[in-house]
Amino acid sequence: MSSEDHRTGEKPDHTQAAEPASAAHLDREILQTLQEVMEGQFPELINTFVNDSEERIRNLQKALATRDQESVRRQAHSFKGSCNNLGAVRLAELCQVMEDGGREGKLDGLEHELVNIQQEFSQLKSILNTLTE
Amino acid sequence: MNDDNPLTILVADDSATDRQILETIVARDGHRVISARDGREAVEAFERERPDLVLLDALMPNLDGFGAARRIKALAGESLVPIIFLTSLTDTDSLVQCLDAGGDDFLSKPYNRVILQAKIKSFNRMRAMHSTILDQRDQIGRHHEHLLQEQTVAKQVFDNIAHSGCLDSNNVKYFLSSLAVFNGDILVAGMRPSGSMMVLLGDFTGHGLPAAVGAIPLASTFYGMVHKGFTMTDILREINGKLKSILPVGIFCCATMVDINFQRQRIRVWNGGLPEGYIRRAGGDPPEPISSTHLPLGVLSNKDFRDDLQTLTLNWGDRLYLWSDGIHEARNPEGEMFGDERLKQVFLDNEDPQQLFDEILDRVQEFIGKGERNDDLSLVELLMDQPERVNAFAAEAERRSRSSLSEWSMNFDIQPSSFRAFDPMPLLLNILVEVPGLRQHSGKLYTIFSELYSNALEHGVLGLDSALKNTPEGFAQYYELRQARLDAVDKGYVRIHLHHSTDDDGGCLRVRVEDSGPGFQPDQDTTRHGLEQSGYSGRGLALVEKLCDAVRYMGEGNEVEAVFSWRIDV
Repeated sequence: MSSEDHRTGEKPDHTQAAEPASAAHLDREILQTLQEVMEGQFPELINTFVNDSEERIRNLQKALATRDQESVRRQAHSFKGSCNNLGAVRLAELCQVMEDGGREGKLDGLEHELVNIQQEFSQLKSILNTLTE
Repeated sequence: MNDDNPLTILVADDSATDRQILETIVARDGHRVISARDGREAVEAFERERPDLVLLDALMPNLDGFGAARRIKALAGESLVPIIFLTSLTDTDSLVQCLDAGGDDFLSKPYNRVILQAKIKSFNRMRAMHSTILDQRDQIGRHHEHLLQEQTVAKQVFDNIAHSGCLDSNNVKYFLSSLAVFNGDILVAGMRPSGSMMVLLGDFTGHGLPAAVGAIPLASTFYGMVHKGFTMTDILREINGKLKSILPVGIFCCATMVDINFQRQRIRVWNGGLPEGYIRRAGGDPPEPISSTHLPLGVLSNKDFRDDLQTLTLNWGDRLYLWSDGIHEARNPEGEMFGDERLKQVFLDNEDPQQLFDEILDRVQEFIGKGERNDDLSLVELLMDQPERVNAFAAEAERRSRSSLSEWSMNFDIQPSSFRAFDPMPLLLNILVEVPGLRQHSGKLYTIFSELYSNALEHGVLGLDSALKNTPEGFAQYYELRQARLDAVDKGYVRIHLHHSTDDDGGCLRVRVEDSGPGFQPDQDTTRHGLEQSGYSGRGLALVEKLCDAVRYMGEGNEVEAVFSWRIDV
């Protein structure tokens, strides 16, 4: 990744700042493969993912509010799957914690995890946006 | 089916992102994609579109992947619709649950395009193979159905031949397993014109078509000859010769043939290779065996074939039992055979002879138990009964009385213009050999006819004196004169009158020959000596007298009658 950084050194500064951060958020290899597969439809996919994720987060909020542990498990599980498909490894890890909590019925403290998910998602969103611009 | 053919693939996933990725991968490979957002939609889409392959997310709202998989498999019936579960589940229980629900494989997230493509290809090959197997299974099914159909038709054809006789007579009970003909068993029964019943039970070696093929010529020969009144030895020889010539070496027919004479209470039996049959006397004596004393039919050439018969007295009420080896070889679940001893015991245990037939079958079935069904079983019971109680006997008598051949007569006049060139002998003999019973006497009949005819023509119509033939010169003169008068003849006739009647034992043919000549005065006592002395007849007439039961002159001496009798049992 760092060698790539040097080759793309002529890019604007904010890219250089984003790169090290994105490595923790995104598996670049998965994303690149996906880009190849999707070709022109890649931006649309990102758009779908973003909308999808926002809905998942809303659903998780609802499930936690109603203390519906099965719904928490399912929503977190599906969200995790999509994240994995996109290479959003950090977000997938956070979903896993949420899914485990749902399965084990330990909903206490999961509100905090949801906040983490929201923060991670908003960072991811901005990275993804730069990719599709 | 080519595994590169584009498929219709159903993608069911509640995550729009995942769905979009899959749709794109699948469509890129040229397949048609149908999408569903949950299990219920997936089942509906399946019913509507009948896709070839299903990619199914495990956890979905409404109906989850497991439930959807079960419904889809049920809807697919026997056609193979592979279901690949899309899952990030990794625990063993969940994966097992996927397979239990009818899933065929998994694809885990993140999706790997290359693996998915490989899986689609692999399942498509499996689908093609599956459909080939189904096609072939259906084809085998159709062939089998066709074969059964053909066997049914063949059986009908065969039954038409084999059952044209009197198997339904009230003195006959028989059991032949449904497709026995294809196991080589055959049973035929027919009435001779004399009113005796002929029955043949045969068992061809081998099974299936080769065994069945011989049954048809056997049956048609049997019926053709029995109805014409041929003797048992003639029929056995004819069948033996026919089978010997058509069947390959190693295929032959074990058979027992019986001729039942109800009036004389007597049977004649020939057994070649069948297990010994039993006679059950009305009085209840121990069963008397009828053993095989000959080789089966179709083994020996007719030159070596032995046709000597056993003659037995059977009183009214006595019964004869015949069977193929199916009864002896019937096996119980332990593989033990029914055997001769058990069969004999059924006879010894029997109290009411009327029940014996059923007792044999019951005992064998009881023995077989739940063992393999025995398809080879043939059993016949023949009851020696008073002729008037045997309906086949009555039917035959009726047939005979309806048939003009039991008694008939005909007149045959030869007119002057025919004398020169026409020889009536072949024509008359052709008619006579078609009459059952007379065929085997055609040689004698020829002699009788030609002597009587030439006498009538030469001495009666042409007025030649046989005394001329006493010297060699006269002999030549006689024939010159004969030719001259033949050339000149323009009036006169020879009238041949035939009368034939049959009775239970044979028949009687009366031949009357009348000519237009003046006749002569024979002695009242027309002995052979007297005839010769009369000078009217030549040496030939003495021969006629020898061949006939009686020869006598009638009218003015221009009419002669010869009586020729024949018997059935010679």
